[in-house]
Amino acid sequence: MNDPWVPVPMTIRSRRQETSDTVTFELDASAAPVRFRPGQFTMLWRYGLGEVAISVSGDPREPERLVHTIRAVGAVTRPITQLRPGDVLGVRGPFGRPWPVDEAEGSDVVLVAGGLGMAPLRPAWLHLLANRERYGRVLLLVGARTPADLLFPDQLGAWRARFDTEVQVTVDRADAGWRGPIGVVTRLLERAGLDPARTRVMTCGPEVMMKFVAREALRQGIPADRIAVSMERNMQCAIGVCGHCQWGADFVCRDGPVFGWDRVGARFAVAGV
Amino acid sequence: MARALPITHLQALLDRLGADGRTVVGPVARDGAVVLEPVRIVDELAQGWRDEQAPGRYRLVPGEPRVFGALLGPQSPKTWLYPAKLTLFRAERDGASFRTTSPDRPPRLALLGLRACDLAAIRLQDRVLLGSGVEDPAYASRRREVLLVAVQCHRSAETCFCASMDTGPEVSSGYDLRLTEVIDERGHRLVVEAGSEAGRAIAADLPLVDVPHDDDAASRQAAEARAGQSKSLRTEGLRERLLDALRGPHWDEVATRCLGCAGCTMVCPTCFCTAVADVTDATGAAERVRRWDSCFHTEFTHVHGGPTRAELAARYRQWLTHKLATWHDQFGTSGCVGCGRCTTWCPAGIDLVAEAERAATAERRTE
Ligand SMILES: Cc1cc2nc3c(=O)[nH]c(=O)nc-3n(C[C@H](O)[C@H](O)[C@H](O)COP(=O)(O)OP(=O)(O)OC[C@H]3O[C@@H](n4cnc5c(N)ncnc54)[C@H](O)[C@@H]3O)c2cc1C
Ligand code: SF4
Ligand code: SF4
Ligand code: FES
Repeated sequence: MNDPWVPVPMTIRSRRQETSDTVTFELDASAAPVRFRPGQFTMLWRYGLGEVAISVSGDPREPERLVHTIRAVGAVTRPITQLRPGDVLGVRGPFGRPWPVDEAEGSDVVLVAGGLGMAPLRPAWLHLLANRERYGRVLLLVGARTPADLLFPDQLGAWRARFDTEVQVTVDRADAGWRGPIGVVTRLLERAGLDPARTRVMTCGPEVMMKFVAREALRQGIPADRIAVSMERNMQCAIGVCGHCQWGADFVCRDGPVFGWDRVGARFAVAGV
Repeated sequence: MARALPITHLQALLDRLGADGRTVVGPVARDGAVVLEPVRIVDELAQGWRDEQAPGRYRLVPGEPRVFGALLGPQSPKTWLYPAKLTLFRAERDGASFRTTSPDRPPRLALLGLRACDLAAIRLQDRVLLGSGVEDPAYASRRREVLLVAVQCHRSAETCFCASMDTGPEVSSGYDLRLTEVIDERGHRLVVEAGSEAGRAIAADLPLVDVPHDDDAASRQAAEARAGQSKSLRTEGLRERLLDALRGPHWDEVATRCLGCAGCTMVCPTCFCTAVADVTDATGAAERVRRWDSCFHTEFTHVHGGPTRAELAARYRQWLTHKLATWHDQFGTSGCVGCGRCTTWCPAGIDLVAEAERAATAERRTE
């Protein structure tokens, strides 16, 4: 029997410094392929130091390469982001409910990413591109604090150059080289010219941002059950037994992290549930 | 016909329960409370003590003729089936990689002296740790092997409200053996009834005697316990009333009395929350160690940027609404079995039944 608490060792194949505090690793999962759905996450264990929940940011068609984009914020993520190719991480997962990319077939799809929220949305975007014919308009709206905080800037450029996608990037504060829009990401949503009857929204970022995205989408007439958010909570187990990730009646690790706004919207109005 | 073990033969039961290498755990009086500890001989049991319980108060008083005269202490089956601290796995370095080894085999247990509410609590933990998708191996391995020997309550404590939770006082299912302690002019004995194959095999090996007059001993004592139970939780519509009151004024008020000590969650037989941390030693070996945790701790909801339940009022609300409301959504039943431990062991004497009623009826705050 596989013990759900025991991680599998995987070797880091490559490391890419995305921003000053954020790193993308590719792990060699060829011995134990990680077949994941966009929006799922794993638990990454740095030997002897601790374990953290991290979204898969890679391509769902490549289960032998496990890609994670990690921001150094604390006691475990800092030492993890210092690892180099050849070093080993423990991996459990994948866990959680995915973005509703299947349910979205036939619809226009808008992904709205704030900051690190691009990491869990990237697999969804790659899925949309890989199955482009199954979707209507596909839009990627990205917000970052400054141009230097943008994740995957080269790829954003390449996606933007395609004729069958709409990719827009905005920053809170520009620098000298910035030619794009300045302001919050909800602005981009306001100007996207969406058809509310055939649009699905998937958003990940700080909770206030997701709240404003949902509010704007609702204002445009997009139904609550077509708006999906991805939540972050303290997680110790990812298998629904440690209790930490409870949010209302939901276990975020098991019932989420992706939720429909129809299910959780009211919760955003009550602090500390 | 009912069969009973003369109390003078109680040692035979302890011996038989421990026969195949099992650790027998039973009620033991220690430092002024009844706790659940390994017992080998009858004299170790908490014989002669009776418990008095009230909100914020627990006392053992002597002079009780019964062996199982004290009802509930601060511990519960959770202490043994889901230990407060355990190793999930060990690991050692292997070049750049690591190798893991499983924890030691858990002890095979016989739990003696459980009450109806304890059996109900085990059923709830089963739903959480075995029945909701992924099994917890540490719990599963202990749970599969354990023998459960229950004792029928003959009275209720002031803090008991199992009748209103439909979990007692009758010991009605989920046991291997049910004991009913009877003291009358015919003597002092334990009526023994088996509830499983394992229980029948054990009973068959005991020096039992026929006691035709004891056929209804268990139901008689349960009726006495029920009649003496004055506390009750009004459960009709409680889930809805509590969830409607999330923004009510009561949480701030109770937070002025609550010390945030987490004691209620530790003694609660159904609370299952745990935290996991790494422990390393001088050789470089690592262990992942799991400990009971509590939603009352500020760090419980720690994420980058701070806890999501920073206010004590929000943490108290989580405890009460999880137990009595969202548990229904998650596991199809209340998370409370009415044992009263949280109330007895609260240093501030906060009474769960009273708080639930107040929270659910307090005027809703208008925005
Ligand atoms: C579903 C999900 C997906 C995520 N995806 C990503 C991603 O793709 N990229 C990314 O960078 N981040 C992601 N995160 C966030 C990431 O998990 C956190 O940033 C990370 O856990 C921080 O860990 P840390 O130890 O470095 O930080 P710290 O702030 O030091 O600690 C946070 C964690 O440490 C533990 N902890 C710290 N202090 C205490 C204490 N006093 N008591 C108990 N426990 C404590 C807790 O487990 C807590 O989760 C995701 C989170 C979730 C829930
Ligand atoms: S909430 Fe209190 S009364 Fe209910 S099961 Fe837990 S400790 Fe017992
Ligand atoms: S009441 Fe608190 S400690 Fe107990 S199970 Fe619920 S969240 Fe965990
Ligand atoms: S992370 Fe443990 S229950 Fe969700």
